[in-house]
Amino acid sequence: MPPKNSLVKNLLPSLDMPKRRRFLTGSASVAATLSVTSLTLPVNAEENPLWMKTPGKPMSGYGTPSTFEASVKRPFASGYPTVSPGTGSSRTPHQALEGTITPSGLHFERHHNGVPDIDPLQHELLIHGLVERPLLFKLDALSRYPLVNRVHFIECSGNSGPNSAPEPPQITAGAIHGLASTSEWTGVPLALLLHEAGIKPGATWILAEGADAASMSRSIPLNKALDDAMIALYQNGERLRPEQGYPMRLLLPGWEGNTNVKWLRRLKLTQAPTFTKDETSKYTDLQKDGLARQFTFGLGVKSVITFPSYGHKLERQGLYEITGIAWTGAGRITRVEISTNNGLSWKDATLQGPVHSKSFTRFRLPWHWHGTTHVLQSRATDDSGAVQPTRTVFTAPYAKGMNFHNNYIQAWAIDANGSLSNVYT
Amino acid sequence: MSTLKYRTDLAGPLMLVLSLGLVSCASPPDSGFSTAPSQGPGLGRVASASLLQRMDRSIMSNGEGLPAGSGTVAQGEKVYAAKCLSCHGDKGQGRPADPLVGGIGSLKTERPIRTVGSYWPYASTLFDYTRRAMPANAPMSLSDDETYALSAYILYLNGIIAEKEIMNANTLAQVSMPNRAGFIDYSAR
Repeated sequence: MPPKNSLVKNLLPSLDMPKRRRFLTGSASVAATLSVTSLTLPVNAEENPLWMKTPGKPMSGYGTPSTFEASVKRPFASGYPTVSPGTGSSRTPHQALEGTITPSGLHFERHHNGVPDIDPLQHELLIHGLVERPLLFKLDALSRYPLVNRVHFIECSGNSGPNSAPEPPQITAGAIHGLASTSEWTGVPLALLLHEAGIKPGATWILAEGADAASMSRSIPLNKALDDAMIALYQNGERLRPEQGYPMRLLLPGWEGNTNVKWLRRLKLTQAPTFTKDETSKYTDLQKDGLARQFTFGLGVKSVITFPSYGHKLERQGLYEITGIAWTGAGRITRVEISTNNGLSWKDATLQGPVHSKSFTRFRLPWHWHGTTHVLQSRATDDSGAVQPTRTVFTAPYAKGMNFHNNYIQAWAIDANGSLSNVYT
Repeated sequence: MSTLKYRTDLAGPLMLVLSLGLVSCASPPDSGFSTAPSQGPGLGRVASASLLQRMDRSIMSNGEGLPAGSGTVAQGEKVYAAKCLSCHGDKGQGRPADPLVGGIGSLKTERPIRTVGSYWPYASTLFDYTRRAMPANAPMSLSDDETYALSAYILYLNGIIAEKEIMNANTLAQVSMPNRAGFIDYSAR
């Protein structure tokens, strides 16, 4: 029997955590609509709260967020609401979140014809093409392989596309940059399976195909598959969510979202790219000269200030913490600088460890607001030496409105009333 | 078993050895630990030829994988009217879904228009995508002949093939798309 005081001690962190988290998410999300004053509503000092005087709810089989957090949701839209309502995206509400791991139910979605409802007993992954033995794997077989878990972001290459509009859209950080999310993924290193199938000479590419109603397909260089690719089976400790590819997805750390093929059913080793629809008509980056960059897999170094950002309001002068997330497809974030004067001067933010490779990194910087106007920007650097570009530098080579791989610096303006807006600089 | 793990005396391992029937052997029992952690257990099931045929429907840019069958522009116009027009509009003009026609020569301008005709580098992709993903409300429902016919009709609307041309595995693979040279390969960068 453990002594009673150690039991209490063990419980303390978990009791403390929700309080902190609730404060942080409350300050970030509720502020968007109700402003910070809602947190300072007078508390009746004479009476104990009702929830201390009645028994609480019983246990449940699967927990859900507090009903007071119901506003923390993914905004979503379909490009084809009448034809194919499942074609479109939903975005992680970064302005309402903290830390670096995205809750699985708030991970962004991008589907090309809806979310399939796959029975894992009927689903098999086929590895074939230029291999010695074409092999089939069911979920229960893959679950018996040596597994690895890694923390990685996935970002749709169309993320931040709203900032390609001629005028800056007045929408939240999540509505602009929410096609990026980070999870702990657990799965089978793809190299293991490829070696079991036996790679034949001449194989240099792999076609990856999903079991959705678009048979969404991408061609992947074999080198990446043999490097750090995995067949992900779990997300944040539980089986993949259907929206994230249940029962299995390809995970290509640091590469554009839709190469991380969800509902993976087939990997075909080939001598050349297959040139599918989603690597020709879409997910290619048109330049001003009429030529388009193709197979632009790696995602650039990027950051965004999530607090304060559009929708938040600073109600009074004083100390605030500027915070946000940074990530890069190249490896680790090494530096995030913050400017509060539209880029005239910069100060290093603190990077909150552990800094994982190809993962969100949280940055923080304390800041006194004195009731004056500011333009806030964050600028990330990664361990390849790449520095986040300005909007002018990034957009220079591309055709007007090209909205893939945008990683330029986001700017938020604060007016004298403490209101925030999205601005181009 | 879990208690055995923490025992430091010899009685535990000895009893285990005896219970497994490994008698009078000086070496410890096989731990079962793999010396090759990067090795898998080999649980893949070998796929049959018929299963490969059913599952592998992708078409390479050189036409490899194109099935038997054929279709004409006139046949494609009929299939289009029945299954595509409500989304892609009259003669592929678009709305509510993407336009399939037009924009040839627009890519360098201030308003680039990317369609099958102006942007797609290979005709094989048109067949591949149409057969597996279209129409969006009933994917994989088109026959190979219907897919060839639709490919012919859309290529004809874009002025890429003549009205009398028939699309099949041989002719489709040879169609030269206007923007074939319009891409820069970034895969090795």
